[in-house]
Amino acid sequence: MSRGMLQTRIAAARTEGRAALIAYLPVGYPDVDASIEAMTAAVDGGADIVEVGVPYSDPGMDGPTIQEAVDVAVRAGVGMRDVLRAVEAVAAAGAVPVVMSYWNPVERYGVDRFADDLAAAGGAGAITPDLIPDEAGPWLAATDRTGLDRVFLVAPSSTDARLASTTAACRGFVYAASAMGVTGTRAAVGDAAGRLVARTRTVTDLPVCVGLGVSDGDQAAEVAGFADGVIVGSAYVRALLDGGGAAAVRALSADLAAGVRRRVGKPA
Amino acid sequence: MTALHPPAPDVRDLPARPAWPDATGHFGPYGGRFVPEALIAALDELTEAYEAMRVDPGFLEEFARLQRDYTGRPSPLTDVPRFAEHCGGARVLLKREDLNHTGSHKINNVLGQALLTQRIGKTRVIAETGAGQHGVATATAAALMGLSCTVYMGEEDTRRQALNVARMRLLGAEVVPVTTGSRTLKDAINEAFRDWVTNVETTNYVFGTVAGPHPFPAMVRDFQRVIGDEAREQVLERTGRLPDAVLACVGGGSNAIGIFTAFVPDDGVRLVGLEAGGDGVATGRHAASITGGDPGVLHGARSYLLQDANGQTIESHSISAGLDYPGVGPEHSYLHDLGRAEYRPVTDSEAMEAFALLCRTEGIIPAIESAHALAGAVQVGRELAGRVGEGPAVLLVNLSGRGDKDVETASAWFGLGDREQVDPGPGMDTDQQPTEGAVSNDDATAGQDSGDLA
Ligand SMILES: Cc1ncc(COP(=O)(O)O)c(C=O)c1O
Repeated sequence: MSRGMLQTRIAAARTEGRAALIAYLPVGYPDVDASIEAMTAAVDGGADIVEVGVPYSDPGMDGPTIQEAVDVAVRAGVGMRDVLRAVEAVAAAGAVPVVMSYWNPVERYGVDRFADDLAAAGGAGAITPDLIPDEAGPWLAATDRTGLDRVFLVAPSSTDARLASTTAACRGFVYAASAMGVTGTRAAVGDAAGRLVARTRTVTDLPVCVGLGVSDGDQAAEVAGFADGVIVGSAYVRALLDGGGAAAVRALSADLAAGVRRRVGKPA
Repeated sequence: MTALHPPAPDVRDLPARPAWPDATGHFGPYGGRFVPEALIAALDELTEAYEAMRVDPGFLEEFARLQRDYTGRPSPLTDVPRFAEHCGGARVLLKREDLNHTGSHKINNVLGQALLTQRIGKTRVIAETGAGQHGVATATAAALMGLSCTVYMGEEDTRRQALNVARMRLLGAEVVPVTTGSRTLKDAINEAFRDWVTNVETTNYVFGTVAGPHPFPAMVRDFQRVIGDEAREQVLERTGRLPDAVLACVGGGSNAIGIFTAFVPDDGVRLVGLEAGGDGVATGRHAASITGGDPGVLHGARSYLLQDANGQTIESHSISAGLDYPGVGPEHSYLHDLGRAEYRPVTDSEAMEAFALLCRTEGIIPAIESAHALAGAVQVGRELAGRVGEGPAVLLVNLSGRGDKDVETASAWFGLGDREQVDPGPGMDTDQQPTEGAVSNDDATAGQDSGDLA
């Protein structure tokens, strides 16, 4: 299968000697329009890829920052139609949109219908934090049929055998959830991230992107030293929760975009 | 060897373990593992340890010893003829899980999981709790085995079940009120999973019911099936036959699976799960996941759940904190689809009527959760009253817990206590005698005057 949008974009960043910047923002916080505005601001500031977050009532992998924002969106009844609109807007702004969704909203919408509508909206594919390849039969089939990317997660606790089987099921990139824990900004990037990326690279040629905990340009530079993409979520959401609006999101993106161009620990 | 006394066809030595789930935890289309990859290693470790221990004589012996000497098993089977008069002439037998140490069936599972925690070398347990019974049981087992313990409880439930919060703290557990989402059991589960994924190296998650990702539904079932294994033998011994129906309340479903499992192969025995109907399923304010929900994914497994058009979990409603959960264990979904078990809703009012009835006819204060099963017995008994050609129906009801924790809720419902004058809810209304058949208070002699009559 030919390389999808995600891999192409990450490869383009690599030819510039840098890591890709991947911004997560949930649809519907503070409301749908403002969240879309925040996503396009993240792109203006330098994000290569936007994870378009589907609000979910029981986000088991997310810490308090993302929960707080997503709670608002869930209560407002934000659904897949709004998500698809955000996907179109991100694509129009020139970044690659990839949906980030817990599994039940996708299953409820219909796996095939979701794949068709996502492809039609210009989405690259989806990241599914609580769907492991072992349970993903219908999603593997739908993404094979539509050519969408599918991103599964690996974790420091993944065995070598699971790293191999999970990355074999991935398309687009591999999401290395670098710390054991939930989303949220962290003071330091742990050694665990580097070790996990190195282990992952022994079993796959796909790009490996690192998420969980990056909050500023310096941390982004550090992660960019060993990963192909730097994923930032809670810090963006924090900017919105603090009332900074699209301007704060754009400024954060600019700081992070400078960070991924200043990779630490690797010759430029 | 000649069988001089061939066993009755119904008697089997050890009812078989069901053929489900499969090796990866699927009950037909239900169950499985829908969790972040970070938890897979811990779930694999737990599965492996459990599969080894479940056939390890040393473990089984220790578990049996604790059940006998600490919990007080076997729990008795009690005939309740005065209650049964309201059940269409059926004979009603209660399986007395309320008499277990800590007051409910939850201890059965917790002792198993706490032993397992010790054996895999972890030193801390976490648990979620709704009514507080599972939290109390976990805090108890942690104290017994020298483990540190953190219990997550929805803030709303810490208010409804303040007594159990105090009990857990007395036992040395840390109780964390959960303020996210609906502030009830479902959010406590989310928070416990977040803790687990962060502290998995030292911590084991002692899950309280037959829901969640594999191996919890199968493992908790295996620890709870002692209820039905005992009861089946006790009913046979007491009545010489199998019951017509086995009834249990269904929150996540552990006490129900616990009593159903031994009877699953007995085709003639109806298995009836009573879900929390809240204000009535038609009002949307209920916790009847099978009756009023659809299949989906929640808390790590596919099963029936209450959800909206966007796949968001709908908040459940029940007077009973232990049943106030929008999901249900995957094995129940499977038994429902197979037609092997039937699930019906019982409203708050029906449950409270049955609650009051058992108090006044038998001198047993049930947990409000268990009162849902009692209400089911009233209904099913009356439905069976008309059948011809057979003797009285025999109903086996799982009395999953005692009502000490619910006294405050019941006082408020019935307008007892002196704090506020409120209209009493159904169950204590004026057309029922306070104590059936007893002398009314007006006719009785007050204690201080009794000497005069002697
Ligand atoms: C006494 C009692 N019965 C029933 C339940 C419901 O749980 P399950 O459906 O897992 O038995 C609870 C839960 O707290 C309980 O305390």
